[in-house]
Amino acid sequence: MRREIPLIITFVAGFVQLVDFFVPHPLVANAASELRQWSVIVIAASIVLGIGNLLRIHLFERIPRRTAGWPYSIVLLAGMFAMMITGLVWGVGEGTPFNYLFRHLKVHLDMTMFALLAFFIASAAYRAFRVRNWEATLLLLAAVIVMLGRVPLGSLLTRGLPTALQLPVVTEWIMNVPNMIGFRGIMMGAAMGVMAMGLRIILGIERAYLGGE
Amino acid sequence: MIRFFERLQSIDRRVVFLFVAICVVLPFLFPFRLPVAVGRSTRGLFDEIEGLPEGSIVMLAGDYSPDGMPELQPMTLAVYRHCFSRNLRVISVCLWPEGPPLVEAAHQQVAAEYGKEYGVDYVNLGYTTGGPNAMVEMGTSIPGLFPRDFYLTPVEELPLMRKISNFADIAFLVSISAGTPGTREWVQQVQSRFDVPMGAGVTAVSAPNFYPYMESGQLLGLLGGMAGAAEYEILIEQPGTAARGMDAQSAVHLLIILFVVLGNISYLLSRRRESEA
Amino acid sequence: METIGGLGWVETVGIWVGAFLTLAIFSFLYRDNPVYKFAESLFVGVGAGYWLAVLYQNTIRPNLIIELAAHNWWRIGPLILAVTMLLRLAPRISWISRWAIGFMIGTAAGVNIVGFAAGDLVNQIYATIIPLKTPTLAQSLNSIFIVIGVLGVLIYFFFSREHKGVLGTGARIGIWVLMVAFGASFGYTVMGRVSLLIGRIQYLLFQWLPTIPSLWQSIGG
Repeated sequence: MRREIPLIITFVAGFVQLVDFFVPHPLVANAASELRQWSVIVIAASIVLGIGNLLRIHLFERIPRRTAGWPYSIVLLAGMFAMMITGLVWGVGEGTPFNYLFRHLKVHLDMTMFALLAFFIASAAYRAFRVRNWEATLLLLAAVIVMLGRVPLGSLLTRGLPTALQLPVVTEWIMNVPNMIGFRGIMMGAAMGVMAMGLRIILGIERAYLGGE
Repeated sequence: MIRFFERLQSIDRRVVFLFVAICVVLPFLFPFRLPVAVGRSTRGLFDEIEGLPEGSIVMLAGDYSPDGMPELQPMTLAVYRHCFSRNLRVISVCLWPEGPPLVEAAHQQVAAEYGKEYGVDYVNLGYTTGGPNAMVEMGTSIPGLFPRDFYLTPVEELPLMRKISNFADIAFLVSISAGTPGTREWVQQVQSRFDVPMGAGVTAVSAPNFYPYMESGQLLGLLGGMAGAAEYEILIEQPGTAARGMDAQSAVHLLIILFVVLGNISYLLSRRRESEA
Repeated sequence: METIGGLGWVETVGIWVGAFLTLAIFSFLYRDNPVYKFAESLFVGVGAGYWLAVLYQNTIRPNLIIELAAHNWWRIGPLILAVTMLLRLAPRISWISRWAIGFMIGTAAGVNIVGFAAGDLVNQIYATIIPLKTPTLAQSLNSIFIVIGVLGVLIYFFFSREHKGVLGTGARIGIWVLMVAFGASFGYTVMGRVSLLIGRIQYLLFQWLPTIPSLWQSIGG
């Protein structure tokens, strides 16, 4: 029973969504629609569970056991509770305390964390981007052309050349032809992979997601 | 000379960081205002919105978080400005939890400029989980999936929402997206299932992935990164933060290319010395 | 309310907090330090708290609680599944949580099969079956390149047989095309990362710095 029930649930849930696409009957459409609504709620609950787990680790493990860097756990929890309490009590709309904390804490933390990557990518380009062989050279050339061609500097540098050789035009061609071809191939491959995996899951052949036992 | 390049190979990375910082800051203090040229994919999105009849309803999906803001917020602002200047109505949905307040900030700023009213000219439906499942569900019922808006007002109290049941009422979809769920899922689940014409504005990191959709006509326009946003700002003749950022963007790109060239010269020199030895 | 340079003091405090956090994270560029660690922990905590509040206010409350209160008894289904999910925390009966996992995975599989098949596979194949003879030579050359290139990439990915002869040539074309695509991707990635930094510098230069003189004036400097 421990395996059969989840497999049946998986099959029904997946099958209804498949049938919904092929059979436009109101009965199917309504069932599929209601189940999609359910999935939205269950996914939300699962994320809440994940956050609950984070809370548990810091509140009941890191801080009581005084593991290395435990004071930072207090900072983490303070941030978490500040957002949770303001959001649950006063709502999340514009003009609420929650929105104030979002605009002045979360926005800057998120943006700056990712802005750090600009420095690291510059350093990585300097250290690792080498013309080791023909393929690497091709990659490097494409990168350099695109980097120049996508910004105003590129058109300034090649303004005197014939149109077909101007950097923005070459960049546009690289993006629309070789780049497009590469990602189209990848996209087709990924689509077939997802379809095969999806069918295996619905038919109960693929069971890794159910864990051990 | 060879010594110099050998030294360069072992340079402290903080020196590299410092150069990057200088190249970003200087163009803001001494702007050189290079002209921004508009690409085909940006013009595609502009032309589609420009061609919509007055009063049409555009759906804007704001699927991003603050870390996508420098690239995507100018797009959201520019698309709103374009829509409101053409008297189009906009409803926004977000499949990323951080999206609604960012979209709302843009809404409010632009609505004030054009004298538009919440609930009549635009609505922010807020966030829902579920990604692709939620998108398909909007094909059945948008108010069903979003019974309340961002302000937790029941949607039946909003005049604009009384005109909308599902994608059949949406004239055009603009997906502003920083990842998954985002533009790819909107194309897969909404454009191809429900035949909704759509365009997208995406982060530069993900933009190359979407060119197959442009070529196949599934996307009618595509803005890639801050450069794409700057081009759109130029098209609607309201240059903003993206257009102003292009000088710094050019400067840092040039610097990184210089780094790559220097790195490779020292690499080739050291390789030649090794083969001689 | 007293204002500082046209902004309320509450806003000004917010801008200073934002600037402090920005500089705290950038301090990592010099080296790892407690100020950075503080900001990093806050980043995780604030993010988690944010998600929880928004999930509750925008999904769980309107789509589950209010619906149940309005006697939409169908919604007992997701309530039960959500509860089974929570049983993960109880080791002896944690297996019941598989019901919810099975439900989520099954729905996602059904929805995605359709999306990837109709949205990606069919449309992309369609778009590759194109006339090779077109009004202009350049367009024809591009079309030929697109057909050969896509076949090359597919050969490179899918044929596990040794890449020799025609397969070898095809796979080699595939690799070259992919290298250009990855190069373009790298160029775009650089562009994106730099844009994020530009956004931060714009904040510091045009939002935070202007508050300094007016703050100075307001404290009588």
